[in-house]
Amino acid sequence: MATTTRRSRSARRSPGFDALRIAFMALFLLFVLLPLYWMVITSIKPTSDYLVVPPVWFPAQPTIVHYTAALFSYRGLQALVNSLIIASASTVLSTIFGTMMAYSLARFNTGGQHLAFWVLSQRFLPPVAVILPIFLLFRSWHLYDTHVGLILAYTFMTLPLTVWMMYAYFRQLPKSLEEAALVDGLSRWQSLWMIAVPLAAPGIVAAAVFAFIAVWTEFFFALILTSRYAFTLPTVFRAFLGFQGAQYGEACALATTSLVPSIILGMLVQRHLVRGLTLGAIRG
Amino acid sequence: MAEVKIRALEKNYAGVPAVRGVDLDIADGEFTVLVGPSGCGKSTLLRSIAGLEDINSGTIEIGGEVVNEMRPRDRDVAMVFQDYALYPHMTVEGNISLSLRARNTPKREIEERVRRAAGMLGIGMLLKRYPRQLSGGQRQRVAIGRAIVRNPRVFLFDEPLSNLDAQLRDEMRGELKRLHREISTTMIYVTHDQIEAMTLADRIVLMREGRIEQQGSPLELFEQPATLFVAGFLGSPKMTFLKGRLERHGDTAFVILGAAGSDVAVQLPLPTGRLSTAANDRAEVILGIRPEHASRATGERPASGSVRVNAVIDFIQPTGSRSYATFDLGGQAMLAELQAHDVSQPGETIAIDINLNRASLFDPMSGKAI
Repeated sequence: MATTTRRSRSARRSPGFDALRIAFMALFLLFVLLPLYWMVITSIKPTSDYLVVPPVWFPAQPTIVHYTAALFSYRGLQALVNSLIIASASTVLSTIFGTMMAYSLARFNTGGQHLAFWVLSQRFLPPVAVILPIFLLFRSWHLYDTHVGLILAYTFMTLPLTVWMMYAYFRQLPKSLEEAALVDGLSRWQSLWMIAVPLAAPGIVAAAVFAFIAVWTEFFFALILTSRYAFTLPTVFRAFLGFQGAQYGEACALATTSLVPSIILGMLVQRHLVRGLTLGAIRG
Repeated sequence: MAEVKIRALEKNYAGVPAVRGVDLDIADGEFTVLVGPSGCGKSTLLRSIAGLEDINSGTIEIGGEVVNEMRPRDRDVAMVFQDYALYPHMTVEGNISLSLRARNTPKREIEERVRRAAGMLGIGMLLKRYPRQLSGGQRQRVAIGRAIVRNPRVFLFDEPLSNLDAQLRDEMRGELKRLHREISTTMIYVTHDQIEAMTLADRIVLMREGRIEQQGSPLELFEQPATLFVAGFLGSPKMTFLKGRLERHGDTAFVILGAAGSDVAVQLPLPTGRLSTAANDRAEVILGIRPEHASRATGERPASGSVRVNAVIDFIQPTGSRSYATFDLGGQAMLAELQAHDVSQPGETIAIDINLNRASLFDPMSGKAI
């Protein structure tokens, strides 16, 4: 019976539908991958190959001169290091505090029924609304153009994201696990770190990755709150656009370099990321 | 081991009462079952004893010690949850030993106690597995093992068998009974299943709407139910309730079923001394008869205290070893228990002996036994 059903199901699907499906997927992949490919290729093209028609799909003489210029002449390496430090530190802080806040909201209903959503609603605030008071505060507290200042700013910026993700995750964890731990003799603190957090690890990883990406690509706060010392990768790209034209090669070289930490992070946490993103939709 | 005393315990959820002024004494080593329909407050009462719920008023004593303000970890109770609550990221050994590790028990002692608990439950070969690799019955044993290993004063069970299939439930019931016999620790067990209550309990506490409806030995509640609710809750199939009218003639009394003078009216004589003086002549009553107390007539005459009726069978429900026949008595449906080989056909008329010595009488207004 099942074989007959499968046969009739595939018989009902027309070749035209399959072709349409494949065409759509191909277009989508093209839309995503073509700009990436073009960026990487441009980063190793000689200057003369940038804008020729027909386009050069692979340079006859690849060069790394744009990389050395981007990293050293335009201070791209310092920006990369700054970004790594600031993104990593703010991600760690945001994840730790966000996890604890989310646990409190999920388990103790801290702040009543509205606090959780209020925390999330901070993400709705346009950065331009708060940047001026933050700028003035940072100046008076000597946090302007410092790593610590930007780490603090990004931690508070990404907290709503990590809190909301972990809140949803903790809410779907069975309470009986922690109750069993409390009866077994663990304190509430031990119950959090030995039971809830290990079980929430996929969610924590997913939240951390989202927080990292948010900080890694953030431009506006970095532009306003940094200058000569704590500048990050996104702010350096301004330097490639000048009155004399755009430095396409250097821009693409730096952009390609900035992909590397994200790719490494993604590969390291891939398994946990998939589990975390589904947020325990299927109970084990 | 310890006795548990509860006095005037009240617990509300956002103003909605879940437990209302419960008083309960559980003797040292007793197996007490809290039973009742969903929402009656039995789980809330159990969780309050465990310290997982803060109570609004009243006191809870364990072993002579008031534990109201104590954290769960300090009450020396162990709990087995309905969904097992095994830690998925720990092995069976890790699950069982966590409570001992949390108390900084020496490693050697942990190993010894875990081995002993696992041996008692037949799960010694599962110690290195994770909960996801276990069957439902195995998980339940691990949950029990986690409780046993601590040698607590009181065991608390919150519907531990409700997620198991019927066959496994029967098996685990036997295991729990054996366990109680072996370790003789005070056990408080919550279930909505009256079969579990009847088979496991030294004492049943039947709850309804946050209050204790009746408590006593299983046989006491079964044979002398204090209210309609108790009578209807215990027993499967449940007791048949017949609306009638009481008539007293001196020392004798009858229950009249059906309208007086009608074709279907039946007069059932109550055994001498069956009634309390509280029952008024001509009072409306409810007569409760269990199916097992109405059976196919044997002998020339019914036994003393029994009455013989001619029953026209409406339909039969076979269950294997016995069958239940429904017939009309005084215009109301009545259930009788027949032997499997004694099955009659619908429409057939057979003689049924009803043992009124074992019948119950209730006041329809208050629901209480007369």
